[in-house]
Amino acid sequence: MNKISVIIKREYVTRVRKKSFIIMTILAPLLMAAIIIVPTVLMMNDKGDLKKIAVIEEKSDLFKGVIKNTKEAEFVYLENTSTEDLTSKFEAAGYYGVLIIYPEIINTPNAIDLISKKQPPIGLLEHIERSLEKDIEKQKLAAYNLGNLDEIMKTIQTNVSVQTKKLDETGTVKKTSTGISMALAYIFGFLMYMLVFIFGTQVMRGVIEEKTSRVVEVIISSVKPIQLMMGKIIGIALVGLTQFLIWVILTAAITTSVKSVISDKSGITKMTQTIPQNLMEGNQVVADNVRTDNMSPELSEFSRLFDSAMNQPWLLIIFCFIFYFITGYLLYASVFAAIGSAVDNETETQQFMLPVTVPIIIGLMVAMGTMQNPDSPVAFWCSMIPLTSPIVMMARIPFGVPFWQIGISMLLMVVTFIGFVWMAAKIYRTGILMYGKKTSWKEMWKWLRYSG
Amino acid sequence: MALFEAKNVSKQYGDQLALDNVSIAVPEQSIYGLLGPNGAGKTTLIRIINQITGPDSGELFLNGKKLKPEDVLLIGYLPEERGLYKKMKVGEQALYFAQLKGLTRTEAMKRLKYWFNKLEITDWWGKKVEELSKGMAQKVQFIITVLHEPKLLIFDEPFTGFDPVNTKIIKNEILFLRKKGATIIFSTHNMESVEELCDNITLIDKAKTILEGSVDEIRNKWAANEYDLVFKGEVKIDGNGHYNILNSKFENNKSTIRLKTTGDIKTNDILLTAMKSGNVVSFNPALPSMNEIFIRVVGASN
Repeated sequence: MNKISVIIKREYVTRVRKKSFIIMTILAPLLMAAIIIVPTVLMMNDKGDLKKIAVIEEKSDLFKGVIKNTKEAEFVYLENTSTEDLTSKFEAAGYYGVLIIYPEIINTPNAIDLISKKQPPIGLLEHIERSLEKDIEKQKLAAYNLGNLDEIMKTIQTNVSVQTKKLDETGTVKKTSTGISMALAYIFGFLMYMLVFIFGTQVMRGVIEEKTSRVVEVIISSVKPIQLMMGKIIGIALVGLTQFLIWVILTAAITTSVKSVISDKSGITKMTQTIPQNLMEGNQVVADNVRTDNMSPELSEFSRLFDSAMNQPWLLIIFCFIFYFITGYLLYASVFAAIGSAVDNETETQQFMLPVTVPIIIGLMVAMGTMQNPDSPVAFWCSMIPLTSPIVMMARIPFGVPFWQIGISMLLMVVTFIGFVWMAAKIYRTGILMYGKKTSWKEMWKWLRYSG
Repeated sequence: MALFEAKNVSKQYGDQLALDNVSIAVPEQSIYGLLGPNGAGKTTLIRIINQITGPDSGELFLNGKKLKPEDVLLIGYLPEERGLYKKMKVGEQALYFAQLKGLTRTEAMKRLKYWFNKLEITDWWGKKVEELSKGMAQKVQFIITVLHEPKLLIFDEPFTGFDPVNTKIIKNEILFLRKKGATIIFSTHNMESVEELCDNITLIDKAKTILEGSVDEIRNKWAANEYDLVFKGEVKIDGNGHYNILNSKFENNKSTIRLKTTGDIKTNDILLTAMKSGNVVSFNPALPSMNEIFIRVVGASN
């Protein structure tokens, strides 16, 4: 109706024009972008820090050139240098540390020392260990006098990586990734929680503001209380969506532009160029459904993730997200509006807030647990109960949920949200005109039964 | 003909009776006073007229037809507790309320310009309400109430917060609105303004109507045959079989004597007697003020 749109417009315009809204809308994407960009920048700077490590063998030269240089470390094989000499002055000679390999290492695995001033990073140690292990295995195998050993080594080299595949209702097998499902579940569950909670409390504050400033009596002599309530709820939802959209767009814009500036200046360009290539290859995999075992490990991992991201039921996810956001928000916002109408100021809201906050928190906790076991009875029931279902169901969907379950959950949600809005409107109608009385749950129950 | 009528309206909140079988009939183009002590049920009745709440029983008529939800557009309401959005600018806010009352933006703008000019508050258009004084905000709220030119106006304590100059301005505006055709329901504790403005009143106490009628009739009824005689200079008269002297005082070279007739005596006869005693300056029936009547009626019902 026309009057509701006037109310929605006011709720929207006054909020969007507020300084706090503008600042938050601009600052948040800057923070988000910083979170994405800073680690990238740090990683790039890390590369410049090359560790030079001196390698000495006592009385032998079994492992010369065995440890390959990496991005982080360079290994310098020194001959005819005495251990004592070097350990005392390796730092002055520009070395990060000294690696001393004793000949007993073939049989005694810990006959190797790395001397350094600082605690060496775990990656460096793993690299050294893996290189030596392989070489020692090879040397041992060589003792059996097998012909063409190098060829044998190549063929027996294996790298196991479990490929998860999901059988959907139509019987089609799809490649999936638990990692992606978990990430999606986490993002959607948390987003629902944030949106419902932040904007729900904003509705409550708005109602209290109108009540304490006594504007409400003037307004409801022109419009029905439920029109005012719904106008406020919808107006604030639009504010939320606006902010959200601007955040997404700004974050994406800032991140991409800063990244391109950085990569132009440094050697990263090569890296970013290889990505589209990978993407294309990944697509190939999706199309042909070919096994990726002939690719390099990183590439196959990447295409697997990509594959699984593409295989998510995006249409279903987006539809469910919109559905659960609207109904969940309406449900909670109307409860928050009822609470706001029942109190005289914000400090009094505490006693009513707790029973509302608890289901949201439970929902969020179950949603987090859902990632471990998406089909546990707790997750199932919480995705059915309307107070928690918006959060929990969103977390379950990326793992695959039968349609009948989604259907029942949605039906329950619709019925409950209509009931809640109806009850909230009744409490609201009485509450906004009550002053100076400490409201109790009992009192609110009475209001529910007042006639017009 | 009554523009607005409420018939046998009752309303109960929990186990508290807020209105018990109250009826009022407001003649068209009149000012109707709704009086009563605090908590008597006036605000409940006003809220029912505004359809903010509904009555448990009873009927309401506007223009002879049953009150409908759309009729809120024909009613303007200035609540006792004034309410404006503190952070919103005066002009925008006035536009918002006008639109809620069904005016288009352009029409509202036109009328607001007229009223802001008339009450000389054009400078406040861009100010936030929190920057205004109480009286200033009151003026804005008055404009918001009358802007959509409602047939029925309801003012709940319209003069609180105003200085005497502004009180006079608003009083004149109310009278002007009536002249232009509006019917006004006026609730107040200020009995002087009731005498000055109201044509009819209803006095509600403890949810019931305890007094109603036109202000003149009520005052005459409660006058109880009392008269005030004023003489130039010091004059003393004694009571006789026809009247008693209630009190007499002499100040500022004037004698004021209050007398009460006891039997059937014509006022001309009183005047004739008086003229023999000295120079009569004035002779008036001693009408009790509405204030006195209020205190007596409400006091008696307690």
